[in-house]
Formats: sequence, structure tokens, C-alpha cells
Amino acid sequence: MAITSDIEKPRPKLIPWTEKLSQVPWWALIIILIGVLVVYFIFTSPTYEDAFFFLIAGVRLTIQVSLISFGTALVIGLITGLGRVSKNVIFYTISSLYVEVVRGIPILVMLIYFAFVVTPLTLQFLQWLGTAMLQNLAIDPLMGLANTLANIKIQDVDMTVRAITGLAFCYGAFEAEVFRGGIQSIERGQMEAARSLGMSYFQAMRYVILPQAIKRILPPLGNDFIAMLKDSSLISVLAVRELTHLGKLNRARTFRTFETWNTVAFLYLIITLTLSILVKYIERRMAFEE
Amino acid sequence: MKSSIVHNEGSPQNVEPPSMDDDIIIIDHVYKSFGKTKALVDVSLRVKKTEVCFIFGPSGGGKSTLLRCINHLESPDSGRIIVDGIPVSHSKTNIDLVRAEVGIVFQLFNLFPHLTVLGNVTLAQEKVRKRSKEEAEQIAMELLERVGIPEKANAFPGQLSGGQKQRVAIARSLAMNPKIMLFDEPTSALDAEMIKEVLDVMLDLAKEGMTMLVVSHEMGFAKAAADRMVFLADGIIIEEASPKDLFANPKEERTKAFIDQILY
Repeated sequence: MAITSDIEKPRPKLIPWTEKLSQVPWWALIIILIGVLVVYFIFTSPTYEDAFFFLIAGVRLTIQVSLISFGTALVIGLITGLGRVSKNVIFYTISSLYVEVVRGIPILVMLIYFAFVVTPLTLQFLQWLGTAMLQNLAIDPLMGLANTLANIKIQDVDMTVRAITGLAFCYGAFEAEVFRGGIQSIERGQMEAARSLGMSYFQAMRYVILPQAIKRILPPLGNDFIAMLKDSSLISVLAVRELTHLGKLNRARTFRTFETWNTVAFLYLIITLTLSILVKYIERRMAFEE
Repeated sequence: MKSSIVHNEGSPQNVEPPSMDDDIIIIDHVYKSFGKTKALVDVSLRVKKTEVCFIFGPSGGGKSTLLRCINHLESPDSGRIIVDGIPVSHSKTNIDLVRAEVGIVFQLFNLFPHLTVLGNVTLAQEKVRKRSKEEAEQIAMELLERVGIPEKANAFPGQLSGGQKQRVAIARSLAMNPKIMLFDEPTSALDAEMIKEVLDVMLDLAKEGMTMLVVSHEMGFAKAAADRMVFLADGIIIEEASPKDLFANPKEERTKAFIDQILY
């Protein structure tokens, strides 16, 4: 008794306003201050201004690549996540194999592998298939397709496309685990109730389990999107003209190392902070509803 | 109800062929174990149409497992279960057919928290029975009226009391027009003052001629509504009798001891 009452009673402050001072989000103020400083430079210093307008095209591509990759990763993740909780041995095995393999390989290696091994091999296979069709088949409607396939050139597939495929493939494995966790966090009784009403496994997933699971995994999905946006800087090794790659180019063009990378970092920070405010908002709304 | 008890621990050669006309549930020498725990040991039970069968016994005795086997939430290790002439088996079509005929009400309600009360009652109607939204909602409102909470149609389960939740769960099952209703300790998770509102709904159902299997400790309900009481312990049906006989002079020592324990 005595112990608890000691803890509960707040100690009187000697100087009352220091309490309020410690509650101010100083970190946010410091970021805003730096932001204002960089903006000031952009509008006053010609080198910053130059760097900014050179880099802004990269911001657009970075966001585009991230959105498309993440959308694809969500689809892959949902399907694989369903596989991870499936009782179907084949579906489960394929899903688990994919998740375990991809999670064990660094994203950078995976991206290079996708761009220079998987894509060429796939295209070669399609070429071979097209040629084989041309030689052995004589069905008219398929000839057009066969011709296209036979004439595919590896250079035809843009590096941006390869990068997006690679990123989506990597993040699909992470999202699969998020989906699996979300599905498994829903009480067993929900599935039982749905099945006992005569719904099929698929219907129960679609109308009962997933709507609840997705609500719960929205915050982690948001965080993963931010992580992917940052990892999209890795595709600069494939010479995709996103923000980081344009940073390299700008430095090579102007030899202004400090100004270039200050601006690059500042631009990334603006995007990620905006997104994390959004995620926090979603998180708070979820907490309120539950 | 004179010949409602058929072969329990009887010899296998006496097994009657399943009769379609009267027995709506036939449970025939069913075994089920979870690891080393034997949940059901050679359980045989027949339930007639419109009969209210009250199953009671100590916890862990296999009561819930028996109910869950009937609509195949658990699959028996051996033995057969025939519901309304359909053998409940591993075949997918059979399971879905049976589940459409059998409603189950759970101890913890298992309402869908992301849907309104109305959504809970209409979802399976639309997806399984393929009713239109209007028709499903009309049926849902009639049922909510019947269980006494039409005003909560647009509330979410999180805003309801336990008793209200359980009544919604009953309405949700009834919306599928089941021939049989299973109740798995429907009042065990409720506060004392809410038990009556749920039992009242169940009593009405029994009066209307619904075939019911009720697992519960509510002896008052058994006296009021049950045609037959089944005492299940350690996975074995120890005794079956009408409530009158069972309360007045239980044949088995174990039954007597259990009843003495739970009644003041």
C-alpha cells in the first residue's frame, strides 16, 4: 500500500514550466528547422537550386516505382500469405519456399539477380518458345503471338521494369509474413462460426477473416511501404533514374558533393516523414475503433 | 419419447440401419481423441425430430466435442454420424450440406466484429443461401424482432452486452433456416442477469418444435424444455433419461453425485 501511494503521488516540481518544456517534441522542431534551412538554401543559393530542380524528377520516379512495386508486393504477399496458412501441402510448400529463400538473400543481390539473370533467362525461354511455335505450329491466330515472342530482344525490357519486378518479388515475401500474422491473429472461433453457417473456406476468408486481418495489419503495411521507399534507392545500381541515381549524376555533373547529398537526403526525409505521419494517423484510428 | 434411447454400449450386431423417417441425428459408435486424451469413447445417440436433447456433465467430458462432431468442426476418429439422412464425412459436399442444415451457437458468441448486427445476420444468407440483400435484411429484421433486439440492428457487436450478443448469434444461425440447432454452453460466458434473456429465446425455439441439442449447466432449462437428458463424462454416455426420471432417481451413482454437486 505504502509503496503504491508513493509512486502515484507526483513529486512537486521546483520550477513548474520545466515540465511543459520537456513535453515539447523537440526532435520535430529540429527537423523543421533543418527543413527551413534547406528550403532557404534552395531559394537563395544557385547550386542548391540547380541540384533541387535536377533531382525533383527522381522524386517522381522513386514514388512511382515504390507505388507500383508495393502494389504488386501486396498481391504477391496476400496470395503467399494465404498459402502459408493453407492446409494444401503443395500451396503451403511453394509459399514457404519462396518466403524463406527471398528473406535469406540481401535485397541488393536479389535486384541484381533479377535484372541480369532472371529477366534474360525468362526472355530467352520465351524466344525459344516463339521459335519452336513458328516451326512446329501452323495455327493462324497463334502466329502473331509466336512472331512477337521470337523477336523479343533482351534490351527491350527496360531496367525500370526489371527493378520493379525485383523489388516486388523481395517485398512480396515480407508482406506474406505480415498477412500470415494478421490472419493468424484472428480468433479461431471466427473461422468456425463462418464455416458453421455453411460458408466455404474461401468465403470465410474473403468476408470474415481478411477484412478483420487487413484492418489490423494496416500499420505494419504502412511501415513496410516506407521501408520499401527507402530501399528503392538500391535500384540506382541498375542505373534507373530515381532520386539516388540522379544524386550520383548531379554530383558527377557539378562536383558539388555536399549540396547534392544534402538535397537528396532532405527530399527522402520529406517523403518518409509525410508517410509516417499518415501511418501514425491510421494507427491511432485503428486503436480508437478497437 | 419411449424408445429414444437406442443401443449405447450395445453389441455391434444390433445396429439398426439408419431410419430416415424419425431420427434426424444418428451418432453411431463414435470415437474421438486429441493426442492421448480420449474425448469420445464409443458414443451412440439418436435424436428425433423436434426433440430437445440436453447434454450435461463435468467439463472436459466430451460434450462440446460431440456437438462439434455433428457439424464437422471436429472429425471423429471412427464411427459415423448421419444428420438428416446425410452422412457427415470428409467429403466436402456432404459437410457443406450438413452445415447448412445445422446451426450452432458458441459459448463465446463468435459474432463478426467488423459487421453490424444486421450484417452478421445477413452475410451467410446472401453468400450461402444466395438471397437478395432486401430479402436477407427482411428476414434478419424479423429474427431480431423475435429475439427482442430490433433496435440494435445497426450497432456493432462491440456495443452489445453479452446477452444481446448471444441473442444475435442465435438469430444469425436461425437465418439459415436450420433443421437442427446446437447450443454449446450458450450461457456460460454470461453475467447472471443476462442468462434468462437467452434461455427465454431458447425456450421459445423449443416450443416451436426446433430440434435442439443443448450442452449446458442450466438445470432449470432442462426441467422446463428438455425431452431427454444425457449425462456425458470421460467421453462416455453414462446415463440417459427424461428430466423427471433423472432428477428424481438417477440410476448411476456418478450421475447422482454430479447432480448433487451442482444443485443446492
